[in-house]
Amino acid sequence: MSDSKKIRMQLQCPMPKLDFDVITLGHGSGGTLTNKLLDSGVFDLLSNDILDERHDGAFIEMNGKLAFSSDSFLVSPIFFPGGNIGELAVNGTVNDVAVCGATPKYLSLSFILEEGLKMTEFWEILVTIKYACEKANVIVVTGDTKVVEKGKGDKIFINTTGIGNIHHKAKISEKNIKIGDKIVVSGNIATHGMAIMSVREGLEFDSTIESDTTNLNHTIVSLIEEFGEDIHLLTDPTRGGVATVLKEIALSSNIGIDIFQKDLPIEEQVASACELLGLDPLYVANEGLFLSFVESTIADEFLESLQKDENGKNAKIIGTVVETHPKQVIMESTIGGKRVVSMLPGEQLPRIC
Amino acid sequence: MKYLNEYRDPELAKQYLEEIKKTVTQPWSIMEVCGGQTHSLVKNGIIDMLPKEVTMIHGPGCPVCVTPLNLIDKAIHLALNENVILCSFGDMLRVPGSKINLLEAKAKGGDIRVLYSPLEAVKIAADNPNREVVFFAVGFETTAPANALSVIHAHRRKLNNYSILASHVLVPPAIKAVIDDEESKIDGFLAAGHVCTIMGNSEYYPIAKKHEVPIVVTGFEPLDVLQGILMVIRQLEANKSIVENQYSRIVREDGNTAAQKIIFEVFEISNQMWRGIGEIPESGYAIKEKYIAFDASRKFDISIEEAPEHPECISGQIMKGIKKPFECPQFGKKCKPSFPLGAPMVSSEGACAAYYHFSGLIET
Repeated sequence: MSDSKKIRMQLQCPMPKLDFDVITLGHGSGGTLTNKLLDSGVFDLLSNDILDERHDGAFIEMNGKLAFSSDSFLVSPIFFPGGNIGELAVNGTVNDVAVCGATPKYLSLSFILEEGLKMTEFWEILVTIKYACEKANVIVVTGDTKVVEKGKGDKIFINTTGIGNIHHKAKISEKNIKIGDKIVVSGNIATHGMAIMSVREGLEFDSTIESDTTNLNHTIVSLIEEFGEDIHLLTDPTRGGVATVLKEIALSSNIGIDIFQKDLPIEEQVASACELLGLDPLYVANEGLFLSFVESTIADEFLESLQKDENGKNAKIIGTVVETHPKQVIMESTIGGKRVVSMLPGEQLPRIC
Repeated sequence: MKYLNEYRDPELAKQYLEEIKKTVTQPWSIMEVCGGQTHSLVKNGIIDMLPKEVTMIHGPGCPVCVTPLNLIDKAIHLALNENVILCSFGDMLRVPGSKINLLEAKAKGGDIRVLYSPLEAVKIAADNPNREVVFFAVGFETTAPANALSVIHAHRRKLNNYSILASHVLVPPAIKAVIDDEESKIDGFLAAGHVCTIMGNSEYYPIAKKHEVPIVVTGFEPLDVLQGILMVIRQLEANKSIVENQYSRIVREDGNTAAQKIIFEVFEISNQMWRGIGEIPESGYAIKEKYIAFDASRKFDISIEEAPEHPECISGQIMKGIKKPFECPQFGKKCKPSFPLGAPMVSSEGACAAYYHFSGLIET
């Protein structure tokens, strides 16, 4: 998010006067402090008819086939170049619902706050959540706030759950993947992960890399509107990066995947940072990004439509589903050699030299 | 020149490969000494692109792989001490100790921090005056200047809570040890470009001359490696054995003399244990008496019994190029990156892990 946008948001939603500068255990007690925090902050900011009922749960009406997804967010640091944990929590779940071929509608929002979190920080996160919800056209209808003792959390953990109706033209399933399908990545890879890495304690480096966290639901819905059943699978390669997601799909669908290093879109600065730190961008986490497996006959058209969207301007066809080498993902390197792309045993560890 | 794509040009790569094919007339075994080159070979799929006459042997130049088991146990022991902040390069964390690794020690409550620079550790020491900060200073000549500099900085800032647990290994003695091993049959070497960036080329002349082997100081990008291989093959085919510098855009004949000065301010040459290989004379750096207060192994009373290596791990034979990773009966079976029996299966620079991650095609 740009600084000017941030300042505008804060002017529009000034922080209410609260008795405390920091979150205390009392704010999670369910007593008057909790109510005061919620009354003066959360409910006002996120107000809508369903949330305003303030019942134990939300009363919602939905028909037809639904998609339902939940995710927890515990990024460190909570504010990073290009966003904060609040935005991530909204966009992450919105995108998970969207890649099911659904239009996300309602969200639940739960906080686990660590005693001592600055009220100003909490407020900034809440304001960002409000704007992220507006942008994605979703509303928060239920939630929870708990506080843990200092040292038992990491400032703030957020859980969101989202629900939405599956688009009538959508037929998203791994079972629909066919040999010959083209694999399209919607934008530059590894951007979010490297933005976080650039500010992580002990690893800081100077860069202007910003996280690309954003909601993808409008982009995805318009693609489904246009291409319907020809989109066989949509998925967002967050943790573990593009490599891990492709390998998971190859394993579970018993297909082979060929990808081409020269076609992988990556911002130059991100590529340099990965190079310097000894990290493979294929395994670095992504946010505002999705992978599509589409019918080969419409692949070029699909790419063209996606590239017209702000969220897809750097989109590229990166690979093909193949019959040979089932369960294996093979990448052709820039110089034409081939290597197997496998899953990492754990977190990617920076190399010594 | 951005140094990212220029040395990965597919057309030039093709030309080098064709030139290699044209030049080679008989089988040759070439060892790339450094793990970074192994990584580049497998990551870019180069091994499969080379003509069948050329066999690449992966050398002992993976610092993670050769750090002694006992020292890893010591690092783990220190990390589990409540008052210690243990700082380390990332890929040391998964290297198996005799019982657990540093990642598990972290899960057990050890305060272990992954850093890119030992100077960060000095900063942590200054910020935490009541805690002991230990940097696990491993690596070849490449990481030695920064590790030495951290000691100089801590000394200058009079920090008495900073020390390094050092395990430095040197490339030229390792090359000699590989040549001297009766079982190994290496025809030529790619020397490690970044090591020579620091140390220069002079140490390699007597080795090339005495043992009659071509040594080409080589970089890490695909085109560097391909050119290095071509240069070695040209020498072999012409029956030459000299030192050549492929990485001349970085490596100066004398190396980085300022960095060398820093190294020898803090360290002196000593005998060194290499995991999987054993002790190699004059193949490491020990901290000089002047800086003894910054030597974690002397500062803390850590006596940990030498534990035996996993009996089924053949890492020594692999690092000397006697066997290929997939010739190990446990490769990909009992021994995997998620459950390494030995260190070469850990870092992506380790020959076994590199093969496991990237070259399933070679396995089959």
